[in-house]
Amino acid sequence: MTVTFPQKGLPWLLLLPQLLVTAIFFLWPAEQALEQAFYQEDAFGLSREFIGLENFAALFTDPLYYQSMLTTLVFSFSVAIVGMSLALLLAVMADRVIRGKLAYQTLLIWPYAVAPALAGVLWWILFDPSMGPIALWLKSAGVDWNHYLNGNQAMILVVIASTWKQISYNFLFFLAGLQAVPRSLIEAAAIDGASPFKRFWTIVFPLLSPTTFFLLVVNLVYAFFETFGVIDATTKGGPGQSTTTLVYKVFNDGFVGLDLGGSAAQSVVLMAIVGLMTVIQFRFIERKVQYS
Amino acid sequence: MIENRPWLTFASHATLLTGIALVALPVWMALVASTHPASAFGAGHIPLWFGDAGAETWGTVLFEKAGNGVDTPVWFMMLNSLIMALGITFGKIAISLLSAYAIVFFRFPFRNLCFWIIFMTLMLPVEVRIVPTYEVVANLDLLNSYTGLTLPLIASATATFLFRQCFLSIPGELVEAARMDGAGPWRFFFDILLPLSRTNIAALFVILFIYGWNQYLWPLLITTDDAYYTLVMSIKRMLSVTDGDIAWNQIMATTLLAMLPPVAVVIGMQKLFVKGLVDSEK
Repeated sequence: MTVTFPQKGLPWLLLLPQLLVTAIFFLWPAEQALEQAFYQEDAFGLSREFIGLENFAALFTDPLYYQSMLTTLVFSFSVAIVGMSLALLLAVMADRVIRGKLAYQTLLIWPYAVAPALAGVLWWILFDPSMGPIALWLKSAGVDWNHYLNGNQAMILVVIASTWKQISYNFLFFLAGLQAVPRSLIEAAAIDGASPFKRFWTIVFPLLSPTTFFLLVVNLVYAFFETFGVIDATTKGGPGQSTTTLVYKVFNDGFVGLDLGGSAAQSVVLMAIVGLMTVIQFRFIERKVQYS
Repeated sequence: MIENRPWLTFASHATLLTGIALVALPVWMALVASTHPASAFGAGHIPLWFGDAGAETWGTVLFEKAGNGVDTPVWFMMLNSLIMALGITFGKIAISLLSAYAIVFFRFPFRNLCFWIIFMTLMLPVEVRIVPTYEVVANLDLLNSYTGLTLPLIASATATFLFRQCFLSIPGELVEAARMDGAGPWRFFFDILLPLSRTNIAALFVILFIYGWNQYLWPLLITTDDAYYTLVMSIKRMLSVTDGDIAWNQIMATTLLAMLPPVAVVIGMQKLFVKGLVDSEK
């Protein structure tokens, strides 16, 4: 803005509410997490001792932590890839149809509004080993479904519930991306005799790559941080550690295990990961602005 | 339409309809399950068609108690959820409008520093800093209060960013003209800036309302008094019954009621919702 108001005190007054809330509920806790990461506290919070980097050392020598990282990666990439593929398929189809486009969109996007925990509960009952219709159908087809005992099946359940919620988001962005592809290009290819499939793979899909990359980052962030509710309402990180993602572990070690130092150290590691992802996201957005 | 391929058009419609059916499947099942008495679930499978206990279950859950260890009726928790969602929504919009206004339309020392401090909050969702935030709120004696439910979730930069982008696109001539006509900063804010950002505010309202309504972990941690239970988190309390059978019909009715308001908002204000979604990711 080149033209501004000359007042000097007023902007501070305007900023005050947000700065206050940020300081109290963001900077203060973040600082405490940083500090706590270097201390060991007893479970009652009565005494604590400075132990330097021991919390981090313990974290990075703990096989459970690496397992949780692996779980997070498997979970996040499954959610991102399954969700994006299905959404792309639906978006391509919706882009083709002429009649009822808006009705299709309405009927596909509403799961975005469902809370993750509720999405988990809805799918849980379908897959409940003793009474869920899908679980019973799988059993009759020879698959012994029991996500209470089988870690892989528990993972499939949380991936399905998390993906279900995110398809709407991917669908909207893919549809917008598809509608931005110039019609003339596709018409020219059609006149040259390229089939719809060939046109999709050689023209449309490459042109969608900025959207695809953007969605990949958003989906990974979603799977990392916003699926806590799905996991907590369905598997609670189990059986064993099979669905304990990094965010779930922070909560579990801190509130259930009462290992405050260890949980704080994990928070610090997560902060670094989020920072990195934010930078990637912003760099990408800069690029998009330059090239478009 | 590039060329006419009837079979491909048919396949498109078929795929979309299958997609819609799959997306709706869990809700359909939940609806069916909520119309059967609790005893139907012990029998080994969920009935696949509607039963006749629907009115009774929905009535009990809405007006008496949600059941499964939660003695509060759903309408009461809906009220709490509404207070929390609206508190977060209005709070965020208000403080973000003001701070974006300060950052874009004024020049003052440490302006960039303030911007970066606010920007940093983007990097830390509440789930990541959950333990220390809980301690801070406990120290401030805000557990079991509406302030504790809303205030910590207001600290986020997304809305500030959105308004900053929107304000930056306003031509400087407009400010110049307003100043020449003798309008002070407050008058400019209320008479020019707010009307210009009306659509943006509405779009953000839709997104933030969904965000606020769907809060789960935070209310779960800081409310132990049922007077402050919100609807989404109460599901967790209902599921953690250890003794006896879980009354799935009540849980399903509560789940459906808990998702109804935000889903209605998305469907009813679809245009604003899509705009809000696209804007807040820029």
